[in-house]
Amino acid sequence: MLALPILGVGIAAVLASLARPRIASVVGVIAALAALTVYLTQVSSVAEGLIPTAAFGAVPALGIAGGLRLDGLSLVFVLLITGIGALILLFAEGYLADDPKRKRLVAMLLVFMLAMLGAVTADDVIVLFVFWELTSLTSFLLVGYKHEREASRRAALQALLVTGGGGLVLLAGLILLTMAAGTTSLSGIIAAQSAVLADPLASVAMVLIILGCFTKSAQVPFHFWLPNAMAAPTPVSAYLHSATMVKLGVYLLARLNPLYQEEALWQALLSYGGIATALTGVCLAFRETDLKRVLAYTTVTALGTLVMLIGIAPDLSITAAMTFLVVHAFYKAALFMIAGAIDHAAGTRDASQLRGLGQVMPVTALAAGLAAFSMAGLPPFVGFVAKELIYEAKLEMGSAATGLIVAGFLVNAATVAIAVVLSWRLFAGRQLVAPSGAASPPHDPPLSMMVGPVVLACLGLMAGTLPTVLGAVLIDPAVTAVLGRPADVTLKLWHGFNAVLALSAATVAVGIVLYLLWERLVPRLKAVSLLDRFGPSVGYEHWLAATLRLATRTTTTIQHGSLTGYVRTLVLVMAVACLGMLILRGGVAWPQGGASLDARAGLGGLMLIGLGGTVLARTALQAVLAMGLVGFTTALVFLMFGAPDVAFTQFVVETLLVVILTTALMRLPIQGRDGRSRQQKLGDAGVALLCGVAVAAVLAAVLASPFDPRLSVWFGAESLPAAHGRNVVNVILVDFRALDTLGEITVLAIAAFAVVALLRSNRPADPAAPSPQGPLA
Amino acid sequence: MNPSLILRTSAPLLLWMPLVVSLYVLVRGHNDPGGGFIGGLIAAGGVLFYAIARGPAAARAVLRLSPVALCGLGVLVATASGIPALLTPETPYLTHFWWFPTLGVTLPLGTALVFDLGVYLTVLGMASALFCALVEEAQ
Amino acid sequence: MDGLFIVMVGALVAAAVYLLLARDLPRVLIGFVLLGTGVNLAILAAGRVGAMVPPLVPPGSSALPDVVANPLPQALILTAIVIGFGLTAFALMLVVKVYARFRTVAADDLTEAEGAATPAAATLASQTPLTRQEAA
Repeated sequence: MLALPILGVGIAAVLASLARPRIASVVGVIAALAALTVYLTQVSSVAEGLIPTAAFGAVPALGIAGGLRLDGLSLVFVLLITGIGALILLFAEGYLADDPKRKRLVAMLLVFMLAMLGAVTADDVIVLFVFWELTSLTSFLLVGYKHEREASRRAALQALLVTGGGGLVLLAGLILLTMAAGTTSLSGIIAAQSAVLADPLASVAMVLIILGCFTKSAQVPFHFWLPNAMAAPTPVSAYLHSATMVKLGVYLLARLNPLYQEEALWQALLSYGGIATALTGVCLAFRETDLKRVLAYTTVTALGTLVMLIGIAPDLSITAAMTFLVVHAFYKAALFMIAGAIDHAAGTRDASQLRGLGQVMPVTALAAGLAAFSMAGLPPFVGFVAKELIYEAKLEMGSAATGLIVAGFLVNAATVAIAVVLSWRLFAGRQLVAPSGAASPPHDPPLSMMVGPVVLACLGLMAGTLPTVLGAVLIDPAVTAVLGRPADVTLKLWHGFNAVLALSAATVAVGIVLYLLWERLVPRLKAVSLLDRFGPSVGYEHWLAATLRLATRTTTTIQHGSLTGYVRTLVLVMAVACLGMLILRGGVAWPQGGASLDARAGLGGLMLIGLGGTVLARTALQAVLAMGLVGFTTALVFLMFGAPDVAFTQFVVETLLVVILTTALMRLPIQGRDGRSRQQKLGDAGVALLCGVAVAAVLAAVLASPFDPRLSVWFGAESLPAAHGRNVVNVILVDFRALDTLGEITVLAIAAFAVVALLRSNRPADPAAPSPQGPLA
Repeated sequence: MNPSLILRTSAPLLLWMPLVVSLYVLVRGHNDPGGGFIGGLIAAGGVLFYAIARGPAAARAVLRLSPVALCGLGVLVATASGIPALLTPETPYLTHFWWFPTLGVTLPLGTALVFDLGVYLTVLGMASALFCALVEEAQ
Repeated sequence: MDGLFIVMVGALVAAAVYLLLARDLPRVLIGFVLLGTGVNLAILAAGRVGAMVPPLVPPGSSALPDVVANPLPQALILTAIVIGFGLTAFALMLVVKVYARFRTVAADDLTEAEGAATPAAATLASQTPLTRQEAA
């Protein structure tokens, strides 16, 4: 049942990628609406406290429990994801009507929707993590949708590196959590609260998880990727970067709140991190005139507020957080779509160049006004309800929250000012200049682009006028889930004349003053170049450049292209490792006992003569002949030490090698003179001696250690009775260890194939002028 | 450098003698020194001399199958020799079976010999492929 | 006898490494063969040496006699020799091919296969991934 929407959206994504563009959009909207319907049928049962669950993605062999679960918190998210998703897909169809490859965007948006649905309904940290990473990946693809522009690619990579890096940190935290709880199930982990908190690494796990969530939800100091991600097409910004993906971090923090809510560190990190983010967001928003970047920074502000609300103690703050979450998703997605519509119609989204659009875009102006009222927190919009709750929650904390109240007051006032900019300044009055870049005068966009903003803005108004319904149906179950115990939530629009109302009024007043100063404030703040030279964004660039420099240096150092250099490194490492281990572990020893020397020792002399020949040979051909001497001596050694099979093989191989080597060297005019200088020869001889000593020392150590003959004795005893063979060596090869031999002859067959391929590879038509492209190039 | 008249004339002898010897070495390998590896190499030596004397094309012709095909055949034969073991559940793959039919003398026959034949063919094929390629390239 | 093998293996490895470090490829090839031989002898010695009697079950007996060479390392060496032979012949084939294409067998002259040390590759690596995509 719970897997149904996920599967459906997945199938729709495949269909959309195959269909024609317009059909793809229709498929997407239908899939999103169908998923929304499925989730809506669950609303009443969730509100009554019945939580649907389903099996999903369990891997018992790896101890992954899997499973999906739809409690109040998840329900709020899935409704936002599917509902806003449907409106966004509709909007995208109008926004990208001229783009022939927009079905790719539709398909990727659907995959993203799938990932989000999976992430917020997963009841297993591993399943959650997989979907979490999938959102990062789809975000990368969606931000880089206009991949022919470098800015898009850069922004996409930045978003991926920041959120992907955060994902790794999160994974570490989740693994620690899983180990402490003994289960991967999220509800199981929360149930095992005492065990999890008693773990010595509990705070480490908590901090890692918070870091992961902060990167995803663009908290300070990771906030910089979000404004840059505005390189994405507007539907993507509206969907991923305001309403859904960036809230995933908030979701996980809320999800784990029952586990950590009593921890002082958790409260401190979230409340101070959140308020710092909120302040940073509004300050930076005042440096921008690009509508989308302004909206992005206010989104940072909103995310900071949400994190702060989860971090502060009173129950009321969780109610405020959940209400604000819904409110923000409504108005911010609407405002993003409006910004897109303005961009579409006027050819620019620079707020300083746009005025008086209300005359030509009346419907857009209406929707913008409604959404901005909600953003400013004016009655009777639901934004007002949320803001009142936030103030109330902070006031309830008493004097401890003075700093938070002051900061929150500033943030809210600035938000009011920006809301006025986005509505009054853009749409009221007379048109400033005819914006350049527009083919025709600005006008209201087509219906498909208007539905989304209007519906969302009206929802904000409706929810504000009927707050009790919203509270009972959605907010109450969500708060219950976040607190981990039943909550009593009643949302009200009117609280009477009290301190909260006074604060609200003051906020609006200060906000209007800030708006009046806006025109003068923005250029001044823009001129503060200190923020551009220092800050996390610059740090990111430095880190990226340093990584690439390091990679370049490593590559050029390790892969220098000299064959001799590679061999030298290889043998030296081997020699040093062997000798080092032997000396450090005290393994240097000389074998005692064993068979005494006899006439067979003369073979050693023959071998040394042969080896001297190979080393001192003037030409390669002489070296081959000396090598033959070494080989035949080796064969004699095998014969004299009871290995006739090996001896015969060695004889034949050596003969064949000498024949083919001489054939090759004589028929090709290869002189093969040793081109080394005397100094090089001395150096190489030193390396060679070191290697020889190292291997000899290892062999001596092996021979000095006790011998375990059990395997050989077993083969000797079983050869005739079990395998009917008297030649034990052959029996081992074809019977006892036949599978190994099969592998070896397979290798030989592959070598034969390689030779034939090599032989058939191109031969340059003119041998004097080899072509630059070839198998060796 | 052209092969001498003596080498060219004695080439068939240099091919067939090692081939016969190699088969003998292959068959006796289970009880006495010998086996598929050494047998294959001896046979390949014959092919090498033939290739040097009469050229790689002639050597390939005398093998009937191309060297690479011999390799493949060898691996197939060796793989197939283990299949009878799969027919009974208690014997793992490549467990060998033996029969001792008496036709005047008692013949030891077993799937192990088939396996060794596979080794022999693979080694022969691999070495022949290399030799033919090298001789061809050197000429 | 152990001492004999230790000396032989050490000498073989030393000679092999000396040749492997040579600048012309045929010598490298010979060094490769010698290295294989050295390792084979080391494996034989590691199974303990001394007996001259090959590991054949004598007629009338069902198991190996007590004083006999160890069969296990021999089985390992046998396949190692054949595979080493295949590898050497294949490497020889490569050397012949290299000569046919470049008219040289000096290792230092063969830089075409590895582009890392060339200036063009260094600049490519120093670029950010974004500009690299553009170049591609």
